[in-house]
Amino acid sequence: MKRKIKETIIKNIFLFIALVSIVILALIVIFLFIEGIPVFKVVSIKDFIFGIEWYPTYDPPSFGIWSLIVGSFIVTLCASVIAIPLGVLSAVYIAEIAPPLIKEVFKPVVELLAGLPSVVLGFFGMAVMAPWLQATFDIPTGLNIVNASMLLALMAVPTIASISEDALYSVPQEFKEASYALGATRFETIARVIVPAALSGISTAVILGMARAIGETMVVLMVAGGAAAIPESIFDSVRPMPASIAAEMGEAPFRSDHYHALFATGIILFGLTLSFNLIADYVSHKFKEVGSATL
Amino acid sequence: MRTNDSIIQTKQVNFFYGTFKALIDVTMDFEKNKVTALIGPSGCGKSTLLRLLNRMNDLIDGTRVEGEVIFEGTNIYDTGIDPVDIRRRIGMVFQKPNPFPKTIFDNITYGPKLNGVRSKDAQETLVQQSLEQASLWEEVKDILNRSAMTLSGGQQQRLCIARALAMRPDVLLMDEPTSALDPISTAKIEELIAELKRNYTIIIVTHNMQQAARVSDYTGFFYLGKLIEFNPTEKLFTKPDEKQTEEYITGRFG
Ligand SMILES: Nc1ncnc2c1ncn2[C@@H]1O[C@H](COP(=O)(O)OP(=O)(O)OP(=O)(O)O)[C@@H](O)[C@H]1O
Ligand SMILES: [Mg+2]
Repeated sequence: MKRKIKETIIKNIFLFIALVSIVILALIVIFLFIEGIPVFKVVSIKDFIFGIEWYPTYDPPSFGIWSLIVGSFIVTLCASVIAIPLGVLSAVYIAEIAPPLIKEVFKPVVELLAGLPSVVLGFFGMAVMAPWLQATFDIPTGLNIVNASMLLALMAVPTIASISEDALYSVPQEFKEASYALGATRFETIARVIVPAALSGISTAVILGMARAIGETMVVLMVAGGAAAIPESIFDSVRPMPASIAAEMGEAPFRSDHYHALFATGIILFGLTLSFNLIADYVSHKFKEVGSATL
Repeated sequence: MRTNDSIIQTKQVNFFYGTFKALIDVTMDFEKNKVTALIGPSGCGKSTLLRLLNRMNDLIDGTRVEGEVIFEGTNIYDTGIDPVDIRRRIGMVFQKPNPFPKTIFDNITYGPKLNGVRSKDAQETLVQQSLEQASLWEEVKDILNRSAMTLSGGQQQRLCIARALAMRPDVLLMDEPTSALDPISTAKIEELIAELKRNYTIIIVTHNMQQAARVSDYTGFFYLGKLIEFNPTEKLFTKPDEKQTEEYITGRFG
């Protein structure tokens, strides 16, 4: 009897702790919406999202964040183009190809990359990459899409690599043996059995890596250039949503339209990262339920 | 044991996992188009020997082979021999059914595709032939595009046999192929073995004495990494040369 009471108490303590974090998260989301929604009194949702003019301090101001959304997407997309092959291939290398000694070195180095403060990366982008890009490609500024994408890619690689690696490790040894026993080489086995069997995990890794890139603030604030305009080339500057919020929040008067517009931008950003996470969750579950058998 | 028509011979083979010697001085002849059974208590090295014959042990770090394994006149452990070529000619069926998480069709064509069988027609013929040989065709001919993971254990094992046969190997190695199966599936696979030996050489590891007696022509008894006795199955099970063999097959061992 006494044991039962003890169990109940322990159970409830854990429940309470779990609830605290959920409640805090809920409060933040509610706050985000309370502060963001008022902007739709001065601009329609459609004009807010699809308007291409972001002049929040003009008189009259215009609050169209389309160029910010495009900015976010374009740097995320370019970062993915770099980070996906890099991340997935390094995972394959570490999990399947590298001899033990090299693996011991590689794995922590890739993980260390994840621990690099983003401001340090941003600083590197400003001080090293930007001048180099400017000189090499003879462009007006090195603070642009290319620069931001490369750094974001660097940040997404550890996420993609370590989650993909776990997925690769969990491919049963039996599949590999079956493949080798049929006279497959190591690379045929990797390409036709191991990677397909780990595909759901790898997709999850990719999506979470992209979520990481689209939400990242410091790097895009420092090196994306800050131009709130639809870019015409990958050497143009952009102003992704997080950069815009971080740069302007300090100047926007409390509860002004501008202030509310920034929160509304936050809602859009939150919606995007949330959907990335939901997709990742869906992908990993969907494949799991059928026992990765639909491949 | 001397036979004129041997396909694989091991000559004084020692095998090491690191410093542990798992096989000691094993010399055997495997006769063509016959079934050879390997029996012996757990841990005596049966699987190790089987995996040695198609170089599957190469995949385990820190292993070492001494002696020779002659397959059709060449030592498969000679430098310059590609284990991939060996494995294409010496197929293997594992203790636990291990189909790929792909369709039934793709499971069968996996090996042949690597070998360059590209045409859809050739693939379809091969799939049907192999499944028929493994007596699985009737059960799966309408669901070839379903995942192999949805088959029963016995069907999966026959699929694995069909998959190995699709490579048209010369030798088929089977490591306790029925230990995870019910009596009916087991009987099916035993029939299959009797059927297959017309075209293939089969080497089978089994813990089931009756099975060894039923399906094999020759039987080798192993104990602690050594080949204790190797004789025609009938002789080994009725008048074994060695006392240890007799004790083992009558269950008075250890
Ligand atoms: N990967 C390995 N690393 C180290 N030792 C191993 C390895 N595989 C097997 N051994 C050892 O080699 C010996 C022979 O193993 P093997 O798997 O060949 O036995 P077996 O006769 O097939 O047994 P069972 O009937 O249980 O399958 C055992 O003592 C085992 O512990
Ligand atoms: Mg074994």
